[in-house]
Amino acid sequence: MSKNDVFVWVEQFKGQPAPASLEAIGAARSLADKLGSSVTACVFWGPGVEPLAQQAISYGADVVLLAEDETLADFRVEPQVALLAKTVRQTEPAAVLIGATFRGRELGPALAAELDTGCIADCTALALEGDVLAATRPIYAGKLLSKCVIPERRPQIVTTRARAFPKPEPDPARGGDVVRVEPVSTEDTIACKVTDFLATEGGVSLADASIIVSGGRGVGGPEGFEPVRDLAQVLGAAMGASRAAVDAGWIPYEHQVGQTGKTVSPDLYIACGISGAIQHQAGMRTSKVIVAINKDPEAPIFKLAHYGIVGDLFKVVPALTAAFKEKLA
Amino acid sequence: MHIVVCTKYTPDSEAKMSVDASGKVSWGTSPLIINPWDEYAVEEALQLRDQHGGTVTVLSMGPEEALEALKHAIAMGCDEAVRVWDDVCAGSDTLATSYILAETIEKMGDVDLILFGKSAIDAQTWQVAPAVAQRLGIPALTYVIKIVELDPAGKSITVERLLEEGRQVVSAPLPAVVGTTKGINEPRYTSFMGIRKAAKMEYPVWTLADIEAETNKVGPAGSGVRWPEISMPPAREGEAEIVQGETVEESAQLLVDKLMAEKVI
Repeated sequence: MSKNDVFVWVEQFKGQPAPASLEAIGAARSLADKLGSSVTACVFWGPGVEPLAQQAISYGADVVLLAEDETLADFRVEPQVALLAKTVRQTEPAAVLIGATFRGRELGPALAAELDTGCIADCTALALEGDVLAATRPIYAGKLLSKCVIPERRPQIVTTRARAFPKPEPDPARGGDVVRVEPVSTEDTIACKVTDFLATEGGVSLADASIIVSGGRGVGGPEGFEPVRDLAQVLGAAMGASRAAVDAGWIPYEHQVGQTGKTVSPDLYIACGISGAIQHQAGMRTSKVIVAINKDPEAPIFKLAHYGIVGDLFKVVPALTAAFKEKLA
Repeated sequence: MHIVVCTKYTPDSEAKMSVDASGKVSWGTSPLIINPWDEYAVEEALQLRDQHGGTVTVLSMGPEEALEALKHAIAMGCDEAVRVWDDVCAGSDTLATSYILAETIEKMGDVDLILFGKSAIDAQTWQVAPAVAQRLGIPALTYVIKIVELDPAGKSITVERLLEEGRQVVSAPLPAVVGTTKGINEPRYTSFMGIRKAAKMEYPVWTLADIEAETNKVGPAGSGVRWPEISMPPAREGEAEIVQGETVEESAQLLVDKLMAEKVI
């Protein structure tokens, strides 16, 4: 390991690595190749996560620091920061990359405060200027782009937006070293206690989804989400919603896409009965292909969408579901 | 119980943003408002105060424009307001901002709960709340969508917080930092009496000397991150291709064919 190394914090849930972490390993790999250094993956979780070490290597890590301990089983910032800070102080990497998930966006700034360094949040592109990272991040709901650098302090901590970086092709034959590390914190020194977990129904995470089907004011009520849900199911898509639908109480807030909801960037975004207020656009404008279904041909969503059908969503969406069912059967 | 709510001012969410040749960001004639996410934090603070007793202090680091945010919070019902500022604070990143806020909170002394909005709609870092908690050495509970239980006497709090896969239920001792998110409550409107109170109130400004902070830890000198260039993203060209068949079924079929050809399914 050298001073130009790139660390990646690897997130998991029930033994599955977070897609954003694999994307971060890919981003770290290309930086390390240019810097002539190596990628170190930090896998700090509960007992039984050892298979993640080999996975991290197959996605591009050279070294895995592996800690398996009950205190790390549920995500908590305190023991993660303590262990990360200790390993960073020992190894002095150039950068630490963290997927910009809920967990990652809590961890990054806490680690930065602990190490008295900078953390660039939610970046969508990374380049090198000499040996300094130049990160691009959207600000003002994507209305502007900001280039950010951490010129003096080390490590440079960056959280990387889900789906902004390509997921590398895994190579199961790739070799690397797994180094076991011990946790720093003991349970009696950790203030936060996780007492329960309430899983979201439906399961597909909006941030990681490659297809999202969303409903807005046009669905008219909670039962109006039925055809939207059917289409999502056929496509294996996540369900999204506009602020209007969430504020009306038709669907929980967890589904909201937009400036005051989630920012998503799927390959395909199908907006059903969503007019496309600027605040909604802020959350989905970077989607690869956008489809709008709306009965109002003047709806602003048609200015952003690539394809549109002008019509009643209660007729169009079931017809689409049927057509996809046939095609994908 | 003493609750502190941290807030900042932002341009309105509908503002048309632009950047001039020198890289200066402008929001045209749009008004400055309280960061919309912070209204959930203010509302939660007021509800907790009404339930458990105590005071709510609204805190903002910023130049005179930050008064807009403080006034709105007072008009909603907060008891006290503190603005902390010194010219050297300009250009602070989240590392430096968290230092200034943490020092201010330490100066206040007896604080039980520190509330934040999820993020500010301008820079959208989500970073200040966890960084303040780390600096104060107290628990950070972020993306909180429900406070399950607050026990001021027993000095503990239990919350539900959002993660990608569901909600984590977490308990922590007080004092703690709580980052709120939409869905936790429905923020109230400002009242006529509240607006009058906010207009008449004196807004003290605490300087770095007041909070006994070190000048080399604020502003660019105390920051890790620099943002040398701000630009407009490339505009998307053109309008949607409207798919129109003879019947709804035909339109659907045509669209499916186009999407299969795009290879996004």
